[in-house]
Amino acid sequence: MNVRDFLAMGGYAAYVWPSYAFTALVFTWMVLSARKAHRDALAAARKRFARARSGS
Amino acid sequence: MWLWFHKLGSPPHVYRIAGKITPWFGWIGGILIAAGVFGGLVLAPADYQQGEGFRILYVHAPSAWMSLFTYVVMAVAATIGLIWRMKVAYSVAASCAPIGAAFTAVALVTGSLWGKKMWGTWWEWDARLTSELILLFLYFGYMALRAAYDDQQRADRASAVLAMVGVVNIPIIHYSVVWWNTLHQPASVTKMAAPSIAPAMLVPLILMFFGFNIVFGALLFTRVRGEVLLRERGADWIRELLGKS
Amino acid sequence: MSARTGILRAMLLLAERDLRLAFRRPSQLCNPLVFFLVVTTLFPLSLSPQPSQLRDIAPGVLWVAALLSSLLALEALLKSDAEDGTLEQMLLSGQPLVVLVAAKTLAHWFVGGLPLVVISPLAAFALNVPGDAILVTAEGLLMGTLTLSFIGSVGAALTVGVRRSSVLLSLLVLPLAMPLLIFGARATDLAISGEVASGPLYLLGALLAFTATLAPFASAAAVRIGLE
Repeated sequence: MNVRDFLAMGGYAAYVWPSYAFTALVFTWMVLSARKAHRDALAAARKRFARARSGS
Repeated sequence: MWLWFHKLGSPPHVYRIAGKITPWFGWIGGILIAAGVFGGLVLAPADYQQGEGFRILYVHAPSAWMSLFTYVVMAVAATIGLIWRMKVAYSVAASCAPIGAAFTAVALVTGSLWGKKMWGTWWEWDARLTSELILLFLYFGYMALRAAYDDQQRADRASAVLAMVGVVNIPIIHYSVVWWNTLHQPASVTKMAAPSIAPAMLVPLILMFFGFNIVFGALLFTRVRGEVLLRERGADWIRELLGKS
Repeated sequence: MSARTGILRAMLLLAERDLRLAFRRPSQLCNPLVFFLVVTTLFPLSLSPQPSQLRDIAPGVLWVAALLSSLLALEALLKSDAEDGTLEQMLLSGQPLVVLVAAKTLAHWFVGGLPLVVISPLAAFALNVPGDAILVTAEGLLMGTLTLSFIGSVGAALTVGVRRSSVLLSLLVLPLAMPLLIFGARATDLAISGEVASGPLYLLGALLAFTATLAPFASAAAVRIGLE
């Protein structure tokens, strides 16, 4: 089976590829947003301790 | 054994362990998904009835399963938090919501694309599709309710009640294809008798299921670490942690 | 009402108080009812008023209108009591909060939902719904509005500590109310086509039984959380 046939997915390309693409997109978002949430929580904690140390 | 359970309630312990196992879960899950995608797109033979279109199954079915599984995890964690007043349990519940909503969105979108080809329509108001859509709204409602409360404790507890109330939807979604005449295909893998699907098609699906579950673990632990930090305000262990980094 | 008052008597006292307060402002009482009528007449006005078309959309219109009017009235269930401290008094009264919340919900339905049921034959007639289907609609709405009040009480209780909660309230209640909408509209739809509508009606009854027994527990728990 050559590459063109593979990409055409027997005529279902318009449905199969967007499905996989959307899934990949959402997974990417999940990974990035989870890591960002963690980073933000760390930054907030740092800020809290900095404020405490500066005696405010 | 109780010591292990007790340790799960300790935020610094959970933070540390989650940090250690997240990379393992992430990579192993990622490899399983890659293998599943390759198997599903390349190795599995075309379906007799649906041709190449059935390959959407390999992203649709695991996502749908995860959307339900995540909600159950969220509801159980919320219940544990409410009954035993464990902040770590609330952290787990809060972490589940965005992940569950994402999986639900994937299930709905991939299902819609598949349905367009299979049934000729982008959407049909049958029992399974409608109850899955309700699930998405439940996730949004949960996150919105959380956000509405400034006080973290009240947000945790109110959303816990909501999570418990909404869990009614889960058996409805799961059994909808049994209880009603729906367009959606009935269960073909989880029947206790031999699954009615060819092995070459089945293996990539199983890989995807495991891969999705394990990646879910990695995503969950990442978010839990952040949530735990938010609930522990000025604790000493955080100061030490920050001092080291 | 003290801790020594019997449960049934406490419920009746509370319901009586709520009804009395509601009737003090008759104009506010009518709002959900008028809203229901306005929404159901909006559709024949905006679409071409062909009898067959009206009949087709009638189930959906009637049930969505009932849902929206219930949502409109829902905030009033707990908000004013929370603001003036009455809700806290209820918590401290020594009576089980579950029955007090149930009593409030029933009183709220009596004032908000029951009028809808009574006026629904008129609205259904205006939408060209045939005779026996009107009866099925009224039966369905009787169970449906009651169920909505109980589901709504959970949403109202969850948002009792939140300022400007009306949108959030709708966001919480609508997903929980969707099955109700589906069965209710289906009952009316079947009756309009002349078929037997008992299936969906039984399901509506089951939903009511399920919700009425369990919702007050969830609402009471949520009220406790919201007031702390």
